[in-house]
Amino acid sequence: MLAKLLNNKDTMLVIVFSLVVLAAPLLLAPLGAGYPDLMQRFAIFGIFAIGFNILFGLTGYLSFGHAAFLGVGSYSAVWMFKLLSVNIVPAILLSVLISGLFALVIGYVSLKRSGIYFSILTLAFAQMSFNLAYSVLTPITNGETGLQLALDDPRVLDGASTEGVLPSPQLFGLEMNDTAQVPFLGMELQFNVGFYICALILIAAFFISLRIFRSSFGMMLRAVKSNQTRLNYTGINTKPYTLAAFVISGMYAGLAGGLMASMDPLAGAERMQWTASGEVVLMTIMGGAGSLLGPVLGAAIIKYFENIFSRINDNVIEAWFTFLPDWLGDILVTLISPFVGKGWHLSLGLIFMLVVIFLPGGLVEGAQRVSRWTVRSVKRLQHSEPGSSKSLEPGETH
Amino acid sequence: MSILEVQGVNKRFGGLAALDDVNLSVRENTIHAIIGPNGAGKSTLLNCLVGKLIPDSGTVTFGGRSLIGLKPYEINQLGVSRVFQTPEVFSDLTILENLMIPALASRDGAFKLSPFKYLGKEADIRYQSERILEDVGLIDQRHLLASSMSRGNKRRLEMAMCLVQSPKLLLLDEPTAGMSRADTNNTIELLRTISEAHNITFVVIEHDMHVVFSLADRISVLSQGHVIVEDDPQNIKGHPKVQEAYLGTVESEG
Repeated sequence: MLAKLLNNKDTMLVIVFSLVVLAAPLLLAPLGAGYPDLMQRFAIFGIFAIGFNILFGLTGYLSFGHAAFLGVGSYSAVWMFKLLSVNIVPAILLSVLISGLFALVIGYVSLKRSGIYFSILTLAFAQMSFNLAYSVLTPITNGETGLQLALDDPRVLDGASTEGVLPSPQLFGLEMNDTAQVPFLGMELQFNVGFYICALILIAAFFISLRIFRSSFGMMLRAVKSNQTRLNYTGINTKPYTLAAFVISGMYAGLAGGLMASMDPLAGAERMQWTASGEVVLMTIMGGAGSLLGPVLGAAIIKYFENIFSRINDNVIEAWFTFLPDWLGDILVTLISPFVGKGWHLSLGLIFMLVVIFLPGGLVEGAQRVSRWTVRSVKRLQHSEPGSSKSLEPGETH
Repeated sequence: MSILEVQGVNKRFGGLAALDDVNLSVRENTIHAIIGPNGAGKSTLLNCLVGKLIPDSGTVTFGGRSLIGLKPYEINQLGVSRVFQTPEVFSDLTILENLMIPALASRDGAFKLSPFKYLGKEADIRYQSERILEDVGLIDQRHLLASSMSRGNKRRLEMAMCLVQSPKLLLLDEPTAGMSRADTNNTIELLRTISEAHNITFVVIEHDMHVVFSLADRISVLSQGHVIVEDDPQNIKGHPKVQEAYLGTVESEG
């Protein structure tokens, strides 16, 4: 039974994925990224990108307004903290629910068009939400200051806090910012409650996305991307399929927004800006749209660049080259410095261009090519046998 | 017993009458060909049958039900499948998946939300699809992407995608367009086998006289938007009106 389960490629994929995610503090510490705040962001944006990929990767509908759902999720969660309880469970449930409803309305209207017009409609809705959050909706969003916890919040279930300290979000007593620090091989590993909650949800989100990819529903979504005309003349009403994909991905975004607010109980309108929507598009394309692992990989790389690469300044680079003669070190520092620190966007942009031009299937395709090349080389060494052409089981994506 | 009835259908595009009072009656389990010179309105008529265009006036009934105003997927759900002039398949999906989609559409209807049911568990759908693939001779390639197929094989695949739905009526838009003589003969053979094995009514729009006369039980000749003759093949061949429509007179040619 266990052997059969382990033979299944998908089960293996989920197991390996879970192990890697759960071991993140250990794996990321050598890269300088093993601190809770960043690891939480990896997981949260991973969830956001997985959800976005269900819409964009499968159906090919490119939404430029998904940050709106992220923002709505965050606001809902913070309101739940304020009104009901600082327990994250009701907050996250409400985030998913509200953003799902939001996605239903926006999706229903936007999906009346396809292609660039769909993208523009979603962008317009998101910018509208962003601007409303700053103006008319200030009573709900608290405008520019952003929505945050206050001492006089009702918090019906917890009872109003009287100690004069703001409570922090928790899961039945486990506070999100609790961190156990473990020294290991000269590094300080940080095991953080918030990160592990995000990680478990990320694993669940990944599993759900895998099931969607492998279902007949997922196949219909891929058919929408492949040939919508054929699908219509095959007796399939494409509207509800695309709308369902839109709502599911909106709920993923809301979940990510709710988690974001759970890690740091603050919601601001800038979370809904178009740049945030663009970011998730970049993540998905960079990692590999339509692939299972791609979006998570893309999210991790972009967040890594944003947080780690951007901190490398001239002094850090100089420290790398102290073993070289001064003049050579100076040249290298001059060459490298435009690409790091404040120039991290430049390197990210270059990588993005390279990926789009040479690896249209994203970094996942790159990894697949390398592994296929390795397998082929090994085979060629063993016996000179021609490789069979690629064949796929139904529901399997490449 | 006629399965498809077209009565008094008109369709105008601006000042052009693409279809002018078209009548058509297709009997069950026959192969009915619609022929006519370029611009006669054959494709417009087909588009009115499948729900892509809505006629300005007139009626289209299929098995006693009006098709006017129905969407293409609704018409398909009633049992009408179509093959395009240039094969329309799901290029990014495997050949087997290409078959499973129409099979699922026939079983589950136009929309079914079951996002967690493994495709691998749909054994019936898979069996059904593989059987049809065997019939059309594509079974060995079933795990390949449809984009890797030749145009002739794509046509075969598209035909298989229609057959897996066991339609009552199958509409073919120039099934042999752009094919070599050998491929054309194969297609004729395939169509004949299908019509003998299944109870399917065919409406074939065709340019190629060779195809029409080797297949059709009944022929309608369309010219400048209306049906000039509807008759059996042997009566069509030497019909003066048909010759005029195809060859024209010296004046109308200029």
